[in-house]
Amino acid sequence: MRSQLHRRVFVPLAAVGAIAMALAACSGGGTTSPSGSASQNLKGTTLNVAADWSGAEQANFEKVLAQFSTETGAKVNYTSYGSNVATTLNTKIAGGDPPDVAVIPQPGLLQSLAKAGSLIPVSAATEAAVMKNFSPDWVTLGSVDNKLYGVWFKGSNKSTVWYNTAVYTNAGATVPKTWDDFLAQLKKVSDSGVPGLSIGADVGWPLTDWFENVYIRSAGAEKYDQLTQHKIPWTDPSVIDALTTLSKLWGDSTLIESGGAQRTFGDSVTEVFGTPPKAGTVYEGDFVAGNITSQTKSKIGTDAKFYDFPSVNGSGPAVVGGGNAAIQLKDNKGAAALMTYLASPEAATIWVKLGGFTSPNKAVDMSAYPDPTSRQIAQALVGAKTFRFDMSDQAPSAFGGTPGSGEWKILLDFYNNPSDIQGTAQALEAAAAADYK
Amino acid sequence: MSASGLAGQAQAGRESVGVLRRRNSRPPLSGGRRTLVTALIFLAPALFLLGVLIGYPVVYSLWRSLFDASGNVFVGAGNYLTMFTDPATFLSIRNNVIWVIVAPITCTILGLIFAVLMNRIKWATAFKLIVFMPMAISMVASGVIFRTLFQENPDLGAVNASLVSIHGWFSGGAAYPGARPRENLDITLQKDGSILTDSAVRAGSEQDFPLVGILGTTLPDNAKTAVAAKSAAGGEITGTVWLDFVTGGGGAPGQLGDHKKGLPGVTVDAVDSSGAVVASGTTADDGSYAIGGLKSGSYKIGLPASNFTQGYAGVSWLGPTLVTAVIILAYIWIWAGFAMVMIASGLSAMDISLQEAARVDGASEWQVFRRITAPLLSPVLIVVFITLIINVLKIFDLVYVIPPGSSLPAASVIAVQLWTVSFGGGNDQGLGSALAILLLVLVLPFMIINVRRFRMDRER
Repeated sequence: MRSQLHRRVFVPLAAVGAIAMALAACSGGGTTSPSGSASQNLKGTTLNVAADWSGAEQANFEKVLAQFSTETGAKVNYTSYGSNVATTLNTKIAGGDPPDVAVIPQPGLLQSLAKAGSLIPVSAATEAAVMKNFSPDWVTLGSVDNKLYGVWFKGSNKSTVWYNTAVYTNAGATVPKTWDDFLAQLKKVSDSGVPGLSIGADVGWPLTDWFENVYIRSAGAEKYDQLTQHKIPWTDPSVIDALTTLSKLWGDSTLIESGGAQRTFGDSVTEVFGTPPKAGTVYEGDFVAGNITSQTKSKIGTDAKFYDFPSVNGSGPAVVGGGNAAIQLKDNKGAAALMTYLASPEAATIWVKLGGFTSPNKAVDMSAYPDPTSRQIAQALVGAKTFRFDMSDQAPSAFGGTPGSGEWKILLDFYNNPSDIQGTAQALEAAAAADYK
Repeated sequence: MSASGLAGQAQAGRESVGVLRRRNSRPPLSGGRRTLVTALIFLAPALFLLGVLIGYPVVYSLWRSLFDASGNVFVGAGNYLTMFTDPATFLSIRNNVIWVIVAPITCTILGLIFAVLMNRIKWATAFKLIVFMPMAISMVASGVIFRTLFQENPDLGAVNASLVSIHGWFSGGAAYPGARPRENLDITLQKDGSILTDSAVRAGSEQDFPLVGILGTTLPDNAKTAVAAKSAAGGEITGTVWLDFVTGGGGAPGQLGDHKKGLPGVTVDAVDSSGAVVASGTTADDGSYAIGGLKSGSYKIGLPASNFTQGYAGVSWLGPTLVTAVIILAYIWIWAGFAMVMIASGLSAMDISLQEAARVDGASEWQVFRRITAPLLSPVLIVVFITLIINVLKIFDLVYVIPPGSSLPAASVIAVQLWTVSFGGGNDQGLGSALAILLLVLVLPFMIINVRRFRMDRER
């Protein structure tokens, strides 16, 4: 789930210590005790596991851990680090008391921890499981200097375009595969009297996801990685290309519902799936399903469906998204066994069946997903030739995560004036040059 | 700290002084030094708290403002330079200036008017309560109220909803808002919203207008299935205007048939080469029209914009241009009550015999206000005014809550900018500290004026 608030990273310096102390004082959330029949070769071991999940997600993850306890006899304590995982984890490591295994949402954190020597490379057994069950992009995302440190337990798909089936049927529009066809179908919907697309530019973050999806298709994964690390400038022809493609859509007032610059993201979902619908389509990640369920009466799978982000210039299936990686911080048998377990399809399947979860593990049986829509999301994620992590989430937060500045603001300006492609590229480059240090 | 605690400390202090004196058999402390020590002891708890909560943060901010984002590299005045060269920060400083000029003076004047008028009306307490009530609402909640009121979408924002409905009384909306021609048929949507043929049409021929972009369900009840117009006579141009859309897609674009509906009541103009309308007609229930009485020659055929205008959509209150005005309005709504209450208390404390004497001497009410009430009130007015200036300089909550993301940069003020660059994702606490110091420097003169006034009042 990605919302505006999640994107705002705030780290009040003075509060850090206090938070760390508070968390240390109340650690030890759920406890799962061993019981069962399997080999029980870890009986007597206690493992501490931390992640950012709380509430329902915590309960589901604890069920995954309980199965591990049953199989091995190890006792597993789960602690939620809340949304400030990086700070809390760093504090714990500095204090000499890291958890045995942590599940973290940022590849950048995995890299910095591995380089600092805080992580244990995965065991041979885990590595074999990861190689077997995951596509190469996920392996690369979990590796630093050719050593594997992370097991991507959870994934999310931000290349999903959601549409109102009634509006599409009325307009005779079909699911597009290519960008040009996408524009043609939006036109059909607009012709029917309902604007084809609703955009909620919000503070700018949905626009970065638009750009990333177009860019990974038009420029390819290699350029995407270079741009992510700012090894090529934002004035690169590939960026100009992607912006030109976007301007074809954003500059066509017949396709897009007016007022997008001042609309929050949540409202743009309501525009499409409310009654009566004010637009036909809305683009964002798999979390839109949550918005639809909580904000409208539309039913996922019947009133609301999605298709994969259309291919640009014949690009293959690519997914921009996010995920949570398990990392091992202590060198012991129990932690290594837990890592191997988390890399297995059995562990992922437990949560998959409970819903609200997508696994990047390709060995997970698709029939385990509770409904066709979540299965389709997972299929797109696992079946993607290319998977890349959200670019703006990997950029310095001053550039890719601050309302009113950096990429968010510049893409908002571009949304308001889509003809200014060169100016946008130059502004992005100037901001990136200042913020990537 | 309780009073007895303070007294106890003072007692202990005096005793220890006594012990010191006896043991060292020094000459007794002079009266001046003794009072100093006593004063220090009394002041110590307050000084300690001030030091921890105000002194240390100020000094540390000053120190921190000389370092870069990481806090390790000394940059000297670099952050202060960035502050005035970075357009976003400069804009927020400019906005703060607008705030300081507009908000305090408006609040004070409104408060004065309310307070003076209140002396003269019945139900003064009820009135006072209503004006003061917004003070009781948290700033964030007020911000949310104003953001909702001023939403651009008339379905959501009450202000635009009333503007649109008032506008609707005076001018009826167009019949087919948002309609546009089917593409590649030599008919183009013009910039002014009208639809015009690209090439001229000879009198005695037909011109059809297949339109799209309107919901079939919004057509008037009298719309009938579109039919081809009768062929045109000599001085006539005929044709049909229809909704070129079949539910579920399909049908032949640009062709009649498939039960497509005609658009009744559309005005159709014949325009000559100079651009003047020479004749016009109106479509029938089946969408057909005929323009007669034309001289032989060629005319462009157009559907004027009045058929299609979207209608008045209200004002973009929260857009970059007006958003600061809306936020200042919200601020005034809240703080006028404060000004009123302060000034009213000043008024009630005033000796009314002066006013009565003036009235007996034949002064008009305006003269009484101008020459007697206002000068006597001036100390209160200045306190209110300066308090508001300090308050406005530090404004944060309203500016953070009211603008939508796209106009936040245009509405930003120093305090919001300070938060954004330090914690809101910028993570540059060096620049943030520099901004904090700027804010302090701006507030200081007004603080000093205020403190001076208090002192002068006491001496008087």
